[in-house]
Amino acid sequence: MDLIAAWFSHLNDTTGINFTVFYDPFDRARFAHGFLVTLQLCGVTIIGSVLVGIFGAWGQGARSIWRRRFVQAYIQMFRNTPPLVQVYFFYFGLSALLPTVKDAIGNAHPLIGGFIWASISLICFAGAFNVEIFRSGIEAIPHSTIEAAEALGYTRLQTYRHIVLPLGLRICMPALTNNLVNLIKTTPLAYAIAVPELLYVSNQIWSDNENVPEMMILLFFIYIALVGLLVFAMHAWEKSLRVPGLGK
Amino acid sequence: MAEPLLSIENLHKRFGQVEVIKGVSLTVGKGEVACIIGPSGSGKSTLIRCVNALVPFEQGSVKVLGIEVNDPQLDKLRLRKHVGMVFQQYNLFPHRTALQNVMMAPIQVLKRNKHEVESEAYALLKKVRLEGKEHSYPGELSGGQQQRVAIARSLAMKPDLMLFDEVTAALDPETVGEVLITIRQLAEEGMTCVLVTHEMGFAREVANEVYFTDRGVIVEHAPPATFFANPTDPRTKMFLSQVL
Amino acid sequence: MSTHPTKPMAVLLPLPDILRNRDAHKLPIIRLTWWHGALLCALLLASATIADAASAPAKAGVFAILLRWTPLLLSGFGLNILISVMSMGIGTALGAFLGLALISPNRPLSATAWAVTQFFRNAPWLVLLFFMIFILPYHMAIGGFTFTLPDWVKAVIGLSLPVMANVAEIVRGGVQSIPKGQWEASESLGFTRHQQLWQIILPQAVKRMIPPWMNLYAILTTSTTLASIVGVSDVVTLAAQVLSAEGSRPDLLAPIYGYVLVMFYLYIYPIAWATRRLERKYQVRN
Repeated sequence: MDLIAAWFSHLNDTTGINFTVFYDPFDRARFAHGFLVTLQLCGVTIIGSVLVGIFGAWGQGARSIWRRRFVQAYIQMFRNTPPLVQVYFFYFGLSALLPTVKDAIGNAHPLIGGFIWASISLICFAGAFNVEIFRSGIEAIPHSTIEAAEALGYTRLQTYRHIVLPLGLRICMPALTNNLVNLIKTTPLAYAIAVPELLYVSNQIWSDNENVPEMMILLFFIYIALVGLLVFAMHAWEKSLRVPGLGK
Repeated sequence: MAEPLLSIENLHKRFGQVEVIKGVSLTVGKGEVACIIGPSGSGKSTLIRCVNALVPFEQGSVKVLGIEVNDPQLDKLRLRKHVGMVFQQYNLFPHRTALQNVMMAPIQVLKRNKHEVESEAYALLKKVRLEGKEHSYPGELSGGQQQRVAIARSLAMKPDLMLFDEVTAALDPETVGEVLITIRQLAEEGMTCVLVTHEMGFAREVANEVYFTDRGVIVEHAPPATFFANPTDPRTKMFLSQVL
Repeated sequence: MSTHPTKPMAVLLPLPDILRNRDAHKLPIIRLTWWHGALLCALLLASATIADAASAPAKAGVFAILLRWTPLLLSGFGLNILISVMSMGIGTALGAFLGLALISPNRPLSATAWAVTQFFRNAPWLVLLFFMIFILPYHMAIGGFTFTLPDWVKAVIGLSLPVMANVAEIVRGGVQSIPKGQWEASESLGFTRHQQLWQIILPQAVKRMIPPWMNLYAILTTSTTLASIVGVSDVVTLAAQVLSAEGSRPDLLAPIYGYVLVMFYLYIYPIAWATRRLERKYQVRN
């Protein structure tokens, strides 16, 4: 660790290539924190949006026309508007409607912070796509397979849980991976509402040290690595779910 | 005549403007085998789908072991515990092995003990002569093998009545035999069966009663010996002359 | 397609996994119908009417405010359109070359093109925008000329990079969607590879590329709002300024941003409509 710090310090002294985050403890700490926030943002929104997709697709197959319309309206709202506007809508619009809380020294704070608003809006954004992705996976299942489950006495919920969802998931895996990659690429939007994620702390660091190119390269590297990691994990999952003779 | 296990009375079914079943009545006693034959589009498949409430119908009565199917308060699970169904396209769950396919419904629907169900499932697969294929996925099995898994899957629910919907129609000719042997074995053990089939030879061998349907009505029915030797209706005669 | 291999370098783990699933990583598809617009306008009207009713009589009506600021907002929206058109132009030109490099039989060339494509497709657009805003100098000298690069031009360059990568993928996908038989048939007729590509394959592939290309443009247009984050005075920035000029009334938030959304809708709807039409037309294969 010290060796790395010494090397980057040396690099800065000799070439002017200034990766402060590797040798300056203060910058390292805030960068690490930003990285952690980005990881949390990715984790929360991936899980949240997949859940939204699962329940939304369930709702789309509901008998109640109003429930179906509600899901449909939700999808159309979040699919077809810029995610930036969505983030603003939640952070400035909805947040203004909620009461504020006073902290220990009497300052008013919004009830829900930027991180949560960013998570909510990104979950809604990616979730809208996930609903459609799961639905298309479900639609690809032959009706007769569902009929067979029905004939065996499965209820609608049991059929969804044991047959439709496991099969649909396998079918829509590539599209799901795709959308989750897009989600990761959209998380820097949280910058716009001052969530201290990777881009936000990098901005602070390069403002202090004037090392924009270095920080940018680092940022690219990290985002590409995150995307690569996700794709790798999704492929491993896909492989573990693969069943002989099903699909290809 | 044995006591009727299934009785259908004056059943009508329409899809939109088209009436596909126009007043069908039949009864099947316990341990009997009924074969329904007839040209494509005569409503045979719809008829047996009405029996286990996969398809709702407007008018008439279907009773299985005294359970009225045409009842808005029908407990579908109770009905389906009594009625097993095998489909033309097997419809196995492709993400589960043969053994798991057989075990799924008893565990998930009937909430039975896994170990009990497992030993029964092994026995059922053995009965349909699929020993050694327990852990194969449907995609790795031939059509005939898949269809026998599907039969075992239905039997696992311990039904009193089995419905077979053209179960050999999608099979290669060389695997038709192995499925028919399994069904015959069931019939010989006293399972009540309703078969929609195009296998006239098989119908002649196993059926107690053969029903000929055309355009939504039962044109005639008789025990196979009479039915195939002396058909009375001209439509039956024409159909038989085409398929035999 | 054995005729134009674009296999990756195996050292780039785990990136080969990205490639294995090459058809994934497509951009979402924008689908707009007339009732989106109807709904949007209804919501705008409703929010404006509510705001109008709630505001004190002394204050200006919401509709009057919207009308007053329309020229300003439209000028900002014009900048969004300008940015989108220019990025699309630059990105398409560069992406066409990159796409042809992707399907080139020359291994080093296709591998390099692949790496470039993957990089710019997987980097967040906002980070690319920041990159260009900060890296490019304000004054630039090429040859004897010195000229200034305003932020919006930097935004154009920043956005054209992901456009380039996505266009490259569209080109590759379009070429690969042509059945292998076309390559084999033309090869057996004695066409050179260059002739095969330009006279047989591309003429068929181009029309399959048009719908995804138009969809990319629709996405790009909505993404131009990102420029507001890096300080370009686009319509979103101006909307925020209008809000504060009107005293930051919370009741104006929904009408003003709703108004901006309507502008985007009116612009993108015809594109989405035409895309869908073309898609349907070309879906009937062979």
